[in-house]
Amino acid sequence: MAEQFISRGFKGRARVTDQTIKERIPPGQYETNEFPVLSAGPTPRPSLERWDFQIYGEIAEDLKWTWSEFLKLPRETMTVDIHCVTKWSKLDTVWTGVSVDTLLEGVDLDAQSDVGYLIVYCDGGYTTNLPLADVRNGKAWIAYEYGGSPLAAEHGGPARLLVPHLYFWKSAKWVRGFKLVKENRQGFWESAGYHNYGDPWKEQRYAGD
Amino acid sequence: MAQQLKWQLGTVVEIRQETPSVKSLILHLPGGTMHLAGQHVDVRLTAEDGYQAQRSYSIASAPEDKYLMLTVENVDDGEVSPYLTGVLQIGEQLELRGPIGGYFVWSASDARDTSSPLLLVAGGSGVAPLMAMLRHRANAGHKVPVKLLYSSRSYEDIIYREELEHLVENDPSLRVIHTLTRQQPEDWTGYGRRIDREMLAEAGWPAADNPLVYTCGPTALVETVANYLLELGYESERIKTERFGPTGG
Amino acid sequence: MRDTDLRLDGNAAGGLLNEIFPFEMTSAEATCGGCGAAKPIAELMLYMHGMGSVLRCGGCDTVLVRITHIQGFYRLDLSGMSCLKIADNIH
Repeated sequence: MAEQFISRGFKGRARVTDQTIKERIPPGQYETNEFPVLSAGPTPRPSLERWDFQIYGEIAEDLKWTWSEFLKLPRETMTVDIHCVTKWSKLDTVWTGVSVDTLLEGVDLDAQSDVGYLIVYCDGGYTTNLPLADVRNGKAWIAYEYGGSPLAAEHGGPARLLVPHLYFWKSAKWVRGFKLVKENRQGFWESAGYHNYGDPWKEQRYAGD
Repeated sequence: MAQQLKWQLGTVVEIRQETPSVKSLILHLPGGTMHLAGQHVDVRLTAEDGYQAQRSYSIASAPEDKYLMLTVENVDDGEVSPYLTGVLQIGEQLELRGPIGGYFVWSASDARDTSSPLLLVAGGSGVAPLMAMLRHRANAGHKVPVKLLYSSRSYEDIIYREELEHLVENDPSLRVIHTLTRQQPEDWTGYGRRIDREMLAEAGWPAADNPLVYTCGPTALVETVANYLLELGYESERIKTERFGPTGG
Repeated sequence: MRDTDLRLDGNAAGGLLNEIFPFEMTSAEATCGGCGAAKPIAELMLYMHGMGSVLRCGGCDTVLVRITHIQGFYRLDLSGMSCLKIADNIH
């Protein structure tokens, strides 16, 4: 097999390689100062009057919040690092949103200990899947502000899931609901060869990693 | 004929500054050039650490030309175009694959294409595949009436300006209509705004003539043009589109 | 950022599709399983998401093609397409 031709002098997008933050960059990643927009379809632009967020599925009672109800929930602002499977990492991103723990308060999870997973549903049809444990205990939020401003539509606004400890495709844009289920089911990218779990520190990018 | 395209290396034999932000790369291909006007190539750049970036560029040269011409607009925060217009030098090689495409193509020898007038609508560097068509048409001595409506930011940004003037001088069946969207010279009597429905109605062909349209350029322009032409009665199967993405590329 | 900044069309997928199908694919006709429209792949909306490529119906946005190329394997989901018509002799 012939050796790959190298384009003399080509470096690609500016990639910061500051050694002082090396331990914050998972294996195989590079830091970027940009915030790339990866898009698999048209940007949904739902009416906030009709927007709602629902938690349903194999649980006793469904929960639902309208946008105005959602904004009245306790909010947090957090600074987190995010890691995209396409190899860019962005440090110290600032988000404001509602902790998933707050949303799950209305679900008696102890009574339903076999419900171990959630399927995330979004405007535009995107889906992803996660273990329930990975969105509890301060690990996940529904974020509606980025950097102190309302979350832009191309970055998932009005609200997106934020799960910074996993690759960023799990932080589903335009999130509208969680279906809590007993059996895990693969979402949009998981069913196309990406890892079911997606831990950037174990470099779990693809199925079988 | 089933075929699988392979990556090959073209050698840069000439670099031409077309406008302040646009350069044409003229490439020698080992197997020569055999393409249809309108087709494109995929260009792939590989960094030393293995990182790769790939983009499509329309072939601007005619099938009859000895070398392959790619016309590239430099986008400041782009990834590939700054390399192609600022780093790549004569004598160096470029990895590419092609020719690709069987939809956005025009061939003088294809009987279907000769009977109704052609409307070519270009935005910025979207003129490249349409230029391949015009060059090929001139080489073939083809006389199907054709109008090129070409949108540029300013007079200095018109790519192939002199060559287009030359083609028009020598061919009464070709008309080139410019519109300059941001800046116009003092003595400018042409259009001075973005392409709109009125301009297409004036500058295009009557729908009853059953025109065939090729439109290429930024996605927003191409979609706007296609929608207006449909409103003007053009048939959707006779409007061929090629989107270049956001302005530039 | 407008939607038009985020998409190309199926013309730009010609090279990728040719890696899988040994034919000229931009003129292949795809019938949308959502709305029934039959269009050349060149007229589908192409989203080159960094994780894979997605082609959607220009009329109803139904996903007609999902392709990833991961560790030596292409995965192709054509379930949104009810028919794909490919000419066997276009050069």
